[in-house]
Amino acid sequence: MRLVTAIIKPFKLDEVKEALEAFGITGMTVSEASGYGRQRGHSEVYRGAEYTVDFVPKVRVEVVVDDVDSAAVVTVILKAAQTGRIGDGKIWTVPIEDVARVRTGEHGPDAL
Amino acid sequence: MKFIDSGDTAWVLASAALVLLMTPGVAFFYGGMVRAKSVLNMMMMSFGAMATIGVVWVLWGYSEAFGQSWHGLVGNPFQHFGLSNLLSGNNAIFGFVPAAGGAAAHGGIPALAFVAFQAVFAIITVALISGAIADRAKFSTWMVFTVVWATLVYFPVANWVFAFNGYAADKGGWIANNLKAIDFAGGTAVHINAGAAALALALVLGKRIGFGKDDMRPHNLTLVMLGAALLWFGWFGFNAGSALGANNTASVTWVNTMAATAAACLGWLATERVRDGHATSLGAASGIVAGLVAITPACSAVTPLGAVAIGLLAGGVCALAVGLKFRFGYDDSLDVVGVHLVGGIVGTLSIGFFASASAPAAVDGLFYGGGVDQLWRQAVAAGAVLLYSFTMAGLIGLALHKTMGFRIDRDAEVAGIDLEEHAETSYDLGSLGGGGLTHAGAALFGSHPTASAPSPAKSNTQGASA
Repeated sequence: MRLVTAIIKPFKLDEVKEALEAFGITGMTVSEASGYGRQRGHSEVYRGAEYTVDFVPKVRVEVVVDDVDSAAVVTVILKAAQTGRIGDGKIWTVPIEDVARVRTGEHGPDAL
Repeated sequence: MKFIDSGDTAWVLASAALVLLMTPGVAFFYGGMVRAKSVLNMMMMSFGAMATIGVVWVLWGYSEAFGQSWHGLVGNPFQHFGLSNLLSGNNAIFGFVPAAGGAAAHGGIPALAFVAFQAVFAIITVALISGAIADRAKFSTWMVFTVVWATLVYFPVANWVFAFNGYAADKGGWIANNLKAIDFAGGTAVHINAGAAALALALVLGKRIGFGKDDMRPHNLTLVMLGAALLWFGWFGFNAGSALGANNTASVTWVNTMAATAAACLGWLATERVRDGHATSLGAASGIVAGLVAITPACSAVTPLGAVAIGLLAGGVCALAVGLKFRFGYDDSLDVVGVHLVGGIVGTLSIGFFASASAPAAVDGLFYGGGVDQLWRQAVAAGAVLLYSFTMAGLIGLALHKTMGFRIDRDAEVAGIDLEEHAETSYDLGSLGGGGLTHAGAALFGSHPTASAPSPAKSNTQGASA
């Protein structure tokens, strides 16, 4: 099994969620995040003063999937989240040893 | 013929209550502008001023401001100490606006109604200063400062500006009676006074950590808007109440207060829109306050059209003035200098230009054919109050800084002054309890372990066993 983590633009969340649902993913965890990549932050003018905003608001989507689905899920998120402009985000995957469903005590792929 | 006019008295007492509401208004206005970790301290500085000045006013404050004046500089602080000798109804006070004349033809108000009305002026003037030292001032030192500054600066200056001869005492202050500058409700005594003191304290305390680098945006603009609304509402008591009667002067000043404030809101928003591309809610709130400040000295001296002109001017000038702190590097955190000092100067000087003899003060300014006579009187009054307040506030601030310390330490400032000085946090939004992020942040910086705070459970047990 693999954990797919996607950092995306906040306004892309709905599209990513719908695309994952259409693909057959049954659950995900979403959290607000902030950070920067190669685009760095940006400067803003407020009340006549210029500020550098280092950390740009993002949304983090986490999905645990079967090994065979991993590459396809990354592609699904990629397509849904892409605008082609800087700051679109990142997706990475890591292997995970085990998953347990709290309600039933099932382990492994059965718990997904 | 001396009698108490019930209508005038009712208006002045109601106005006093309106003006008292302005200080919580300042607390909300300032409280919304700081970051989430210092809201309570910001609001407590205003409430603290209500507490200290409310007591000091009764003891020697009123007497020092409105007792028999010593050379027009300061009232006798012992004459009405404790106010006990003013309780009989025989101490009626008559007509306030000297140039309007004719005031003595009708009744007066009880001395204690005047005491009440002027008390809330003293409170708000002190509270206004706190905006310059947000996030970093020791609360105990602030409380001492309020008493010392009011005693050495506000009460004497109120005597200069507000004490007319033969009014509350035979002999009043030099600006009101000798210089004859027009300051109807306190452009000099309240706003230039507070703004100059704010500048001095901002210099004494130094910049906040991260000033000019970190984004220090207001944490809650709805509170700022609420504060501005309370200020505008209360300000009708401030200005129209200063007529000290339910009369024509009160009506003219009421309309001028509305007109100038609305125009200043427009002026500020237009300036922002052109310069930064957005009309912000903080700009609207600040514009409202700038207009209120500027019309305060002038509301009895100008026509409603003059008030609109002063408002537009104040809104535009103050919107530009709030940027000065970044250019000169002083951390006037919430723009007390840019709004109250600059707005107070704009209003006080504009009387010299826009005053019209058709208004209750009955003086013509430069634009109405009155020449520069009134203008130089206004400039002298503004300059005198500015220099005196700045110098004294700087000396008092430095003395307290060297003895008690005026600034909290670095770690506490980063973690948040609310927790350090008051052991509270303003927002407990986390569902896991324990004060949420602010506590976590404080624990992270290690300056204020939550474990050392008295636990509510413990004190309950003590209460039960006692």
